[in-house]
Amino acid sequence: MPGLIENLPTNSGDNKLENTISFYKTPSPARFTGIGAWLLTTDHKRIGLMYMAAIIFWFVVAIILGILIRTELMSVGTTLMEAETYNALFTLHGVIMIFFFVIPAIPAIFGNFLLPMQIGTDDVFFPKLNLLSWYLYMLGGVLAIFSLFADGPPDTGWTFYVPFSVSTHTNVGLTVTAAFILGMSSMLTGLNFITTLHRMRMKGMGWMQIPLFSWSLYATAWVQLLATPVLSITLLLIIFERLFGSGMFDPNKGGDPVLYQHLFWMYSHPAVYIMILPGMGVISEIIPVFSRKSIFGYKAIVLSSMAIAVAGSLVWAHHMFTSGMSDVAVFVFSFLTFVVAIPSAIKVFSWVSTMYRGSILMTPPLFLSLCFIYLFSIGGLTGLVLGAAGTNIQVHDTHFVVAHFHFVMFGGTGFAFFAALHFWWPKFFGRLYHFKTAYVAATLTTMGFMLHYIPMFVLGMQGMPRRYYDYLSQFETGNFFAGIGAYIMAAGIFLMFINLALSFKNGEKISQDPWGGSTLEWQSPCPPPLHNFVAPPTAPGYPYDFKAVIQKANEPKGTGGGPS
Amino acid sequence: MIKESESHMQSYGKLFSILLILLALTGFTVFISRVDLGSANIWVAILVASIKASFVLLYFMHLKYESFLIKSSFLATIGFLAILIGFMFWDIAFR
Repeated sequence: MPGLIENLPTNSGDNKLENTISFYKTPSPARFTGIGAWLLTTDHKRIGLMYMAAIIFWFVVAIILGILIRTELMSVGTTLMEAETYNALFTLHGVIMIFFFVIPAIPAIFGNFLLPMQIGTDDVFFPKLNLLSWYLYMLGGVLAIFSLFADGPPDTGWTFYVPFSVSTHTNVGLTVTAAFILGMSSMLTGLNFITTLHRMRMKGMGWMQIPLFSWSLYATAWVQLLATPVLSITLLLIIFERLFGSGMFDPNKGGDPVLYQHLFWMYSHPAVYIMILPGMGVISEIIPVFSRKSIFGYKAIVLSSMAIAVAGSLVWAHHMFTSGMSDVAVFVFSFLTFVVAIPSAIKVFSWVSTMYRGSILMTPPLFLSLCFIYLFSIGGLTGLVLGAAGTNIQVHDTHFVVAHFHFVMFGGTGFAFFAALHFWWPKFFGRLYHFKTAYVAATLTTMGFMLHYIPMFVLGMQGMPRRYYDYLSQFETGNFFAGIGAYIMAAGIFLMFINLALSFKNGEKISQDPWGGSTLEWQSPCPPPLHNFVAPPTAPGYPYDFKAVIQKANEPKGTGGGPS
Repeated sequence: MIKESESHMQSYGKLFSILLILLALTGFTVFISRVDLGSANIWVAILVASIKASFVLLYFMHLKYESFLIKSSFLATIGFLAILIGFMFWDIAFR
C-alpha cells in the first residue's frame, strides 16, 4: 500500500536493523524446534504471542455468545432460545469476557512482549514462571470448556452471588475452579512484572524514565498481586459451601450472604482497574507519538496510575448499595468512588493537552485512541451516576449499569486493546496492514458500539432490569436497535481482525519503526531479534523526547524518509 | 542483582521456638473465640492471625534477611489487607 504512510519518519536506512535475524527464526531454548519451540519457550515475545492466539480465540467466542444474547432480546418472548440457555449464555459471556479476555488481554500480550523491551532488557525476571502462567491460563480455559458439558453450564452470572450459586444444580464448582486457576496465572504475571521492573531495568534508567505503558503495568501488577488472592479464597469458600455446607454465607448458621458480596467485590472492583490501567498506559504511548510532542504531565500520569491502583481498591462496596449494607458504609464508599474519578480525569486531561498544539498525524492507532477517550469518558461520567448513592438506587441492576460498564470495559479496555494491536502490530510481525480498511473497521465498530449501548442507557433509565430473559413490550424498540448495533459492531471487529490477518499476505514488509516512536522498543528491529536489541540501547533522559524523531522527519527525502 | 551465594541458616532451636509461638497463638485464638468481647472478637482474631502470618513470612520464608524495600513492601501488604478488612467493618459494625 504505497503512499499511505509516506509522511512517517523512520529509522530506515540503518542496515544493522534491516539485516537482523528475528526471534521467529531463533528458538529459545535453542534445542527445541517446530511447535516445541513455541510450547516450551521461555522467550517473553513468543509467550506474549501465544497469549494473543488464546485470548483472541476466547474473545471471538464471547462475541458470538453476546450476539446470541442480543438477538434473543431483540423481540418480546422466545426468539432463539429457552430461558435456561439464556441464563447460561450471559454467564459464559461474562466469565469469558472478564477472566479470559479483558483482564489478561493487554498485560499478558503486550506487557509480556513489550515490558522488557521498554526497559531495555532481554526478558522478564522469571521466564519459566512466565511460561507456567500461560499454561495455567490454558488449563483454566480447558476447565471452563469442561464445565459446559457436565451438569450444564453455570447460570449464576459472572459474579457467582450466594445463595443462588450455592443452591443451583448447574456446574458452578468447575467454573469457579477455572476462575481460581486463572487468578493464579494473573498473580504470577503480576509478580513477574513487579520483579522485572525492580531488578531488570537497564543501567541508567531511573523510575522517572520508565515509559508510561510500563508504569501502568507496574501499578496493575500490584493490584493483581494484592487483590487476586481475595477472589481465590472467596471462590474456594463457594466450593466449601457447596460441598460441605460450611455456613460462612448462610444466616441460619451464623453466616452473612452480604459478606460474600464484600469479598467478591474486594477483588472484582480492583479488577476493573486491572482491566483499565494497562489500557490507559497504551493510550499514553500512542497519543504523544502521533502528536509528535512530549506527553503532558508525565509525573501526574505516573502518580495517577498509582493513585488509581490504591484508591480503586477501596471503593468496592459501591456495587452493593442496595444489598442492605449500613448507611455509614454507603456514605463512605460513595465518597471514595467520587475520589477515584479524579486520577482518571487527570489522565484524560493529560492526553487531550498532549494533542493541543501537537503536530498530529492521523493513523489507525491514533484514531482508535481518540475513540477510546470519547467512549471511556462517557463510561466514566455515567459511573458517577452509579457512584452517587441516591441515583444508584434508581438504576441499580438495570440496563443502565450494563451500558455503563461496557462503555468502560469495552469502550475503554477493548478499544485500547484494538489501538495497541494496530500500534504494535508492525513491531510484532514486521508487517503493515491496510490503513483504509482499518479506518472503516474502527468506524463501524465505534458506530455499532454507540447504537448498541446508548439505547441501553435509556432502557435502564426507563427501568428495564439487566439479565432478564423477557421484558415488557414498551422496551422492545430500544432492544431492537441495540441488537442492530451489536451486528454492526461485530461486523466492524471481524473486519478489523481480517484486515490484520491479511497483512501477512498483502501487507507491506517493514524492518524498522514505522511510526517514529521514542521509547526503547522502537530502537530495535521489527520484529525484534531474540535478545531484543541489536546493540545495547541508550537510555533516554526522558522517554518522550521527540527531538531526534522530528529532526529525522525534517531531513531531505532519501536520507531518512518513510519506508513506502 | 541478587547475590546468589548468600544463604541464611537458622538454627533448629530458633525455628522450633517460632513453631511453638505459632501453636500458642493458635491456642489463644481458639480460647478467645469462646470469650464474648462483642465486636472486639473479630479484631483480636485478625490481629493474632496477622502476627502469625508475620512470623511465618519473616522467619520461615526468610524475609527478615531482605532489604528495607522488600520488608516495607511486605508490611505495606499487611497494612493494606488491614485497611480492606477495616473498610468492610464500616458496614458490619454500623448495620
